[in-house]
Amino acid sequence: MSPMLMQGDEACAEGAIAAGCRFFAGYPITPATEVAEVMARRLPQVDGFFIQMEDEIASMAAIIGAAVGGAKSMTATSGPGLSLMQENIGYAAMAEIPCVVVDVQRLGPSTGRPTSPAQGDVMQAQWGTHGDHPIIALAPSSVKESFDLTVAAFNFAEKYRTPVILLMDEVIGHMREKVELPDYATVERVERAQTLVPPEWYKPYENYPVDVPPLIPFGEGYRYHITGLHHDERGYPTERADEVNLWLDRVFRKIRRGLSEILLYDADGIDAAETLVVAYGSTARSAHYAVELARKRGRRVGFLKLKTLWPFPEEVVDKAAERIHRVVVPEMNMGQMALEVERVVGRRKVRRVNRADGQLIKPDEILAAIEGMR
Amino acid sequence: MSTIHSESRIHERYLRHSKKFPNVWCAGCGIGIVLGAIIRAVDSLDLDKNDIAMISGIGCTGRMPVYVDFNTLHTTHGRALAFATGLKLARPGMKVLVVMGDGDALAIGGNHFIHAARRNIELTAIVVNNATYGMTGGQYSPTTPQGAHAATAPYGHIEPPFHISELAVAAGATFVARSTVYHVTELQKFIAHAIQKKGFSVVEAISYCHTTIGRMNRWGKAPDMMRRLKENSITVKQAEGKPEDELVGKIVRGVLTDRERPGYIDLYRQIIERAKAEAEAA
Repeated sequence: MSPMLMQGDEACAEGAIAAGCRFFAGYPITPATEVAEVMARRLPQVDGFFIQMEDEIASMAAIIGAAVGGAKSMTATSGPGLSLMQENIGYAAMAEIPCVVVDVQRLGPSTGRPTSPAQGDVMQAQWGTHGDHPIIALAPSSVKESFDLTVAAFNFAEKYRTPVILLMDEVIGHMREKVELPDYATVERVERAQTLVPPEWYKPYENYPVDVPPLIPFGEGYRYHITGLHHDERGYPTERADEVNLWLDRVFRKIRRGLSEILLYDADGIDAAETLVVAYGSTARSAHYAVELARKRGRRVGFLKLKTLWPFPEEVVDKAAERIHRVVVPEMNMGQMALEVERVVGRRKVRRVNRADGQLIKPDEILAAIEGMR
Repeated sequence: MSTIHSESRIHERYLRHSKKFPNVWCAGCGIGIVLGAIIRAVDSLDLDKNDIAMISGIGCTGRMPVYVDFNTLHTTHGRALAFATGLKLARPGMKVLVVMGDGDALAIGGNHFIHAARRNIELTAIVVNNATYGMTGGQYSPTTPQGAHAATAPYGHIEPPFHISELAVAAGATFVARSTVYHVTELQKFIAHAIQKKGFSVVEAISYCHTTIGRMNRWGKAPDMMRRLKENSITVKQAEGKPEDELVGKIVRGVLTDRERPGYIDLYRQIIERAKAEAEAA
């Protein structure tokens, strides 16, 4: 396709269409509304359904319902809406329903500043719902990445039968950049897995031999039960600890075994580096600029841009920071991803650069940290 | 209404034998009666089980789907209609039955209830109204009568109740009917009609909870409460023209509305045609 000037929110919606999304349910909220607006226009063109629900709780419920019916489905919101969706995100994790939740982050807590950027939902993406479960969360740092990572989000959701959260931020969502989108027919799509077994043998939560048993859509002759209660392999509620443990082991195992393809990142100049900068989202843009400035001044700086935030790329960060004295973690919050980096590399190595006032982190603030001035 | 299969044949055909019985409900509970009415209604319509989904929220009624051999989805508290909306749009050919209790449908799920009715999305909602939260032990619900005692109203309940069916009519449902677990053949007839109706249909099944709120108010055992449903209810026709004070405490049974409005999916199909035509013209 020819180059276009487009917002991150628009690119996200186009990525969803390209990935095969045919159902969107959402509720208006700044700065994610444009995703819904594009989906409202685009989905009926491809025989898909768009619906504006009465709130974010209903939106999350509706996309799970549609996914149970076999549709690739998505919702888009911002921090306050993500908070409301949390119970049903937990349901999708428990019932292993593939779906994509876009969170265009804005400054919180509460109503905060709706049009100001932030990265304050990083921890909410992993720990927002109650109970233990793995999650996949991806963070784009450009308009093109908004498209690409939305496609990746759908593919991971289908392949691993899990909700996937796309953690954009206000700058990425509203920024316009020139992008060249691929021909949608060439976009790699993962489709819902099929089963070879007849309905009477089908177990929607079978623990062996595969980690991700196929989820057959309702209405195709495989009548079974889905619940948010802990369940056995057939999906029926269970109170047996051994059955709960089998489920727990498998849902963590399925993500762990997929790490080599789930963990997306760009690493540059790590081998010779003394200082490492770990960044994501729009902050990675400032960080990259700061790294280049520092290199021009003769400093050996490595740059690790995380595109996958959850599961946290422990081994990637551990390896990158092996011979490093200082790890700079800039982020538009009071230090959320820094907690994970500190957990892996040790607290003394980490220099946090934080802003949670609606302002972008400027390259010179990161540069000062690289040079040990803060 | 005659059923196609005999009673034992119906059990065999519609209940899950891979699911361990007995069920979670207390002996004497009305929810099983509603479940029986639903499967006999389905049977009378001779529908393919593969094309039926039963969706529930949380609570005693929320446990209903696990026992029946349909496509069954037990969701979060209050959200069954929102899950059902997504499923129905992804699978417009399916008959989607949504079973909820009064707290599930009207308190935590009240917003979804009125909006599903307003939207006229093609779903069948069956609300089992036992006027309390049975599973958690008899707290007051949006339909608990004023003055009753409940686990969270030890000095008596001061809030007036919702009237589920009237609310559904006002919000835009195309078919709304109310009956009780005593009037089971009538209930079954209403459910069958609701399933066939295009648009959002609601059947309110008045039940009781003798083990929690019934006990707290000395309303008697299950048979006593069942008898009260019989003696305290009148038909819509009998209620016509009666002054309001004569209807206090009475259950008015019957069809409250049966009207035609365009359904959501039919209207959306027109949107798809328009969007495609405009995209092609561009």
